[in-house]
Amino acid sequence: MSKHTLSVLVENKPGILARIAALFSRRGFNIDSLAVGVTEHPDISRITIVVNVIEELPLEQVTKQLNKLVNVLKIVELEPSSAVQRELVLVKVRADNETRSQIVEIVQLFRAKTVDVAPEAVTIEATGGSDKLEAMLKMLEPFGIKELVQSGTIAIGRGARSITDRSLRALDRSA
Amino acid sequence: MPMTEQATGAHHPQPRPRSGGHQSAPEQVTGAQSLIRSLEEVGAETVFGIPGGAILPAYDPLMDSKRVRHVLVRHEQGAGHAATGYAQATGRVGVCMATSGPGATNLVTPIADAHMDSVPLVAITGQVASKAIGTDAFQEADIVGITMPITKHNFLVTKAEDIPRTIAEAFHIASTGRPGPVLVDIAKDALQARTTFQWPPAQDLPGYRPVTKPHAKQIREAARLITQARRPVLYVGGGVLKAGATAELKVLAELTGAPVTTTLMALGAFPDSHPLHVGMPGMHGSVTAVTALQKADLIVALGARFDDRVTGKLDSFAPYAKIVHADIDPAEIGKNRAADVPIVGDAREVIADLIQAVQKEHSDGHQGDYSGWWKDLNRWRDTYPLGYEQPDNGSLSPQQVIQRIGQLAPEGTIFAAGVGQHQMWAAHYIQYEQPSTWLNSGGAGTMGYAVPAAMGAKAGAPDRAVWAIDGDGCFQMTNQELTTCALNNIPIKVAIINNGALGMVRQWQTLFYNQRYSNTVLHSGPEATGKEPSAGTRVPDFVKLSEAMGCYAIRCESPDDLDKVIEEANSINDRPVVIDFIVHEDAMVWPMVAAGTSNDEVMFARDVRPDFGDNEDD
Repeated sequence: MSKHTLSVLVENKPGILARIAALFSRRGFNIDSLAVGVTEHPDISRITIVVNVIEELPLEQVTKQLNKLVNVLKIVELEPSSAVQRELVLVKVRADNETRSQIVEIVQLFRAKTVDVAPEAVTIEATGGSDKLEAMLKMLEPFGIKELVQSGTIAIGRGARSITDRSLRALDRSA
Repeated sequence: MPMTEQATGAHHPQPRPRSGGHQSAPEQVTGAQSLIRSLEEVGAETVFGIPGGAILPAYDPLMDSKRVRHVLVRHEQGAGHAATGYAQATGRVGVCMATSGPGATNLVTPIADAHMDSVPLVAITGQVASKAIGTDAFQEADIVGITMPITKHNFLVTKAEDIPRTIAEAFHIASTGRPGPVLVDIAKDALQARTTFQWPPAQDLPGYRPVTKPHAKQIREAARLITQARRPVLYVGGGVLKAGATAELKVLAELTGAPVTTTLMALGAFPDSHPLHVGMPGMHGSVTAVTALQKADLIVALGARFDDRVTGKLDSFAPYAKIVHADIDPAEIGKNRAADVPIVGDAREVIADLIQAVQKEHSDGHQGDYSGWWKDLNRWRDTYPLGYEQPDNGSLSPQQVIQRIGQLAPEGTIFAAGVGQHQMWAAHYIQYEQPSTWLNSGGAGTMGYAVPAAMGAKAGAPDRAVWAIDGDGCFQMTNQELTTCALNNIPIKVAIINNGALGMVRQWQTLFYNQRYSNTVLHSGPEATGKEPSAGTRVPDFVKLSEAMGCYAIRCESPDDLDKVIEEANSINDRPVVIDFIVHEDAMVWPMVAAGTSNDEVMFARDVRPDFGDNEDD
């Protein structure tokens, strides 16, 4: 079992997310996390998919099938070593006058932020790779996690190269 | 070695994705008019369909069109299969039309069928008004959502001005690259709104770029393997027919001298009578073709996809073979069987380039020597030919019926089969010498395909004879389209291979379920055991049924009458003809590789495994 991060550039059109999500389930793949947003070009959206696969071969199969979707412009697999990967977590932790300062200390250790405080709870915002966020949540767990929400992973390659350049040119040509 | 004009490596042009040249002057029209004008411009001369509420605006201008003929079918499934048959027979895009909700969902089966067999099809459906979408309105169904996994692409159009561009894109997507079905769902208010029509519209498909030109290095490597191999096989699939590459294939086969096997989807891509042809591979393939693939040291797959019905148990398929896999769909390469030489490209360009590369190998003094291979192949061919036994009670043998229909048919006759035993016998006992003479539902295995597909083929190729070879089970699913044929001057011929049972399922019950014939006897009531003679109850009476639909219909029960009734059918061209052939119900399809077993276990007949002299190794 290995995790792979795919960046999929798609036309910003209705229904494309359904096409992609359905393709994964139809071909027997499990999506670990999914994040969608528009790119620097308003006609292009970027979908970041973290997928669990058993061998290399089937991942190739699913990227080939994705490539066949008419609205898909480009697929790039981002290797962890050459890409920055981030998730966002908002977590509401039980806190009283005794524990609040310990929680704030943990928040600082992980360079997270306290975004809301109430008499019985603090809400923390943290970004980072999944390892860091897991470690922070482990530290917060003893205080009592009341509510947790996590975004899908987003990722971008390191260095000057952009994966959208060529797709943008293709889009301009067809316009 | 002479080469045909097409085989010189000249690449046939792909339709251009974007419009060039001059545009027509803008016309003020309704969305519905712009739809019909677009269909006229893309050359859709025949549309099969049924009107209804949401698509109604489109049917009004359709009535006035001089260039688009509409065939009013009796069920939308018939429209879909007819469009598929039309496309398979003519090589053009088939078009079907239906209203929203149940009209659209009735198209689901033929769309799925066309998807599995890569048939260029455009389905146009009406949708409820855009404001009503999502409200569970009367006759609303999310047909775009429903057909997402079974179309190459689909569109929902809610604005009149998008109609011409969407139709142009739909036809472009359906017919280029790996062909497939495209659905265009148009909201009723978009059909009613005023808009301007201008042709050709600018297309906007930045993510759609099929690769047709193969990579030269891979072609050279493939040619090198072909000349080095001792036991090669050209494994030819439906892609060769779709690419119109049959002339090139013949040149390549004769140039290399390698045996050719054509899959169920590729019958007619290479002449059955050709000495290099070793038959069909797969579950019911010839012993020679199945064994050739098992023993091969090189398989050159051309527009084929290593389907489970061809490979049998995948991990024991062709254990000694290197694989050259050429397909226009990159996702097919390596999907089921890893390829040593992957080639992405249009089959016609691939084969044309391969011819040149093999010629170069030959001129460099490298020529394959397959003489030992042909000794084996010819021995298998002589020892295990296709064959059947006549029933000893004097009844009709289904294989003989189908064989005689094939032998007595005029040249160029198109055969459409349903799904089951009769389909396999039609694949075995009719000689296919040219492309687009064999239509069937290969991937999806859709019972009921034959009659509507034959109707579509005849509508597209009115000068050719069209025979539907159907089973009595299949016939009862879609026979209502014979009414359409009778009323629209589409004189097809239908042979019902009537064994009173769902024959293929019954065969499996005979072989694998201890002859317990659960629910496979069609001509008797719930007490049927399956042991009764096939003459049965005559419910329904297919002769009366067909006569009621405006056909000429006869019954044939004796081998003595066989030629007479077939010749009679061939002589009638002013209306559809149906012959109810009452055949022996115990006939089985052989050879057979049982599902889930290795192709090494191919059975020539019941309990008869061919002797390959390998038993001591087992």
